[in-house]
Amino acid sequence: MSEEIKWEKESDMPLMAMSLGRMTVNKTGSWRNLRPVLDREKCNKCGICWKFCPDVSIEMDDEDYPVVDLSFCKGCGICAVECPKDAIEMVKEE
Amino acid sequence: MQKVIMGNHALSWGALLSRAEVIAAYPITPQTEVVELLSNMCADGSLKAKFIKVESEHSAMAASMGASAAGARTFTATSSQGLALMHEVLHWATGARLPIVMGNINRAMAPPWTIWTEQTDSIAQRDTGWIQIYTSSIQEIMDSVIQAYKVAEQIYIPAMVVLDSFVLSHTNENCEVPDQDKVDAYLPRFENAYKLDTEKPAAFGGLTGPDWYYELRYKIERDIQKAIPLFEETGKEFGEMFGRHYGMLETYKLDDADTVLVTSASIASTARPVIDAMREEGHKVGLIRIRVFRPFPSELLRKLLAGRKKVLVVDRNISFGMSGAFYAETKAALYNEKKAPPMWGYIAGLGGRDVPMDVVKGMIEQTIKEDHPTEDIIWIGVKR
Repeated sequence: MSEEIKWEKESDMPLMAMSLGRMTVNKTGSWRNLRPVLDREKCNKCGICWKFCPDVSIEMDDEDYPVVDLSFCKGCGICAVECPKDAIEMVKEE
Repeated sequence: MQKVIMGNHALSWGALLSRAEVIAAYPITPQTEVVELLSNMCADGSLKAKFIKVESEHSAMAASMGASAAGARTFTATSSQGLALMHEVLHWATGARLPIVMGNINRAMAPPWTIWTEQTDSIAQRDTGWIQIYTSSIQEIMDSVIQAYKVAEQIYIPAMVVLDSFVLSHTNENCEVPDQDKVDAYLPRFENAYKLDTEKPAAFGGLTGPDWYYELRYKIERDIQKAIPLFEETGKEFGEMFGRHYGMLETYKLDDADTVLVTSASIASTARPVIDAMREEGHKVGLIRIRVFRPFPSELLRKLLAGRKKVLVVDRNISFGMSGAFYAETKAALYNEKKAPPMWGYIAGLGGRDVPMDVVKGMIEQTIKEDHPTEDIIWIGVKR
């Protein structure tokens, strides 16, 4: 389901714009200007950034640290603002 | 069952017989008795539907879209400024391929404030991809709602059933109300193959780039064209079951006619006795009533009009800066025909100005008298 569906001709597609799989194939992180960078020394693994991320771009790794999926993160900075430990810094993308 | 029914209520009866499941409508001006009766039918349980009162016509169509996307047979109704306010969402309903059926009472657009009949409100929506049926009797209004669902649901294209305000909307006529079980046999329950489904979650209407948007437009046009044979087939089936036949258009005394009047809606009803009277005077005149304006019956009109001596089109609408819409489109349909007849375009009856028999007769007589039309718009009865 998470593979990109390739169409050759109009009859391959439904009548209307309708997703045939998950949107995870649709990478939407390309227009980000600022990137969240985590300081693991300050992070207390509370998960507030994970909860607040509006694009569900943060997952918790095996050690319960948040990891940002940059193929979807838009760089909105909500995680950095909400972090009670100031452990996330927004860094300009080059 | 025989019943005397008002034009507005014929739409309500059509929705009742079609077993509409959701009705979303704005209840205040320019709304009509259509949804008043439907809300009564919902309240007393004769129609098992969810009635959603909304704060505007834009919301009425948006709520209708949601209901239709969930798989419900959906009905709404509006008129004039209300239809104009729906405009944006009309495109959405088509693009989302939702076979909603709507009643629209043709009222002239303001300003100045008016409530009288004119087709410009629905003509202004002709490019939204909605099927448009222009009715000419109370019975036809009720029957057309049922047929509209039958056609719309096969091709996933929304449809509007249009009627003249007052001339039809407030006229009472004796109607044959078909038996519910016969209507159920004609119009079975709708199974939307693309409905919102928690078992198969999907996103609808998402961003589509130049690589596929074009194909989606192609599919809308291809499918709305299918309505032309469908109106003929479902109209024939309707006739076999209920005794009343409906197609894309209606002809009257056309076979040997050298001068043909093309018009729509209630003006066509006025024209029939005029045709009779003029035939008694020795004029070979005939009538075509265009019933379905979208999709436009171009091929049928080519077959029926090519080779005639003269054609006149009477429009109760105006596309400012051009002409009447039925005239422009009939002309366009005939343009590539070698035997295309000269065509006169009359504008009559705007804002509810009466179009009685002598006015219709005057337009036919002027056409017979002149060799060739001299103006793109021939105004009838302007006080100047």
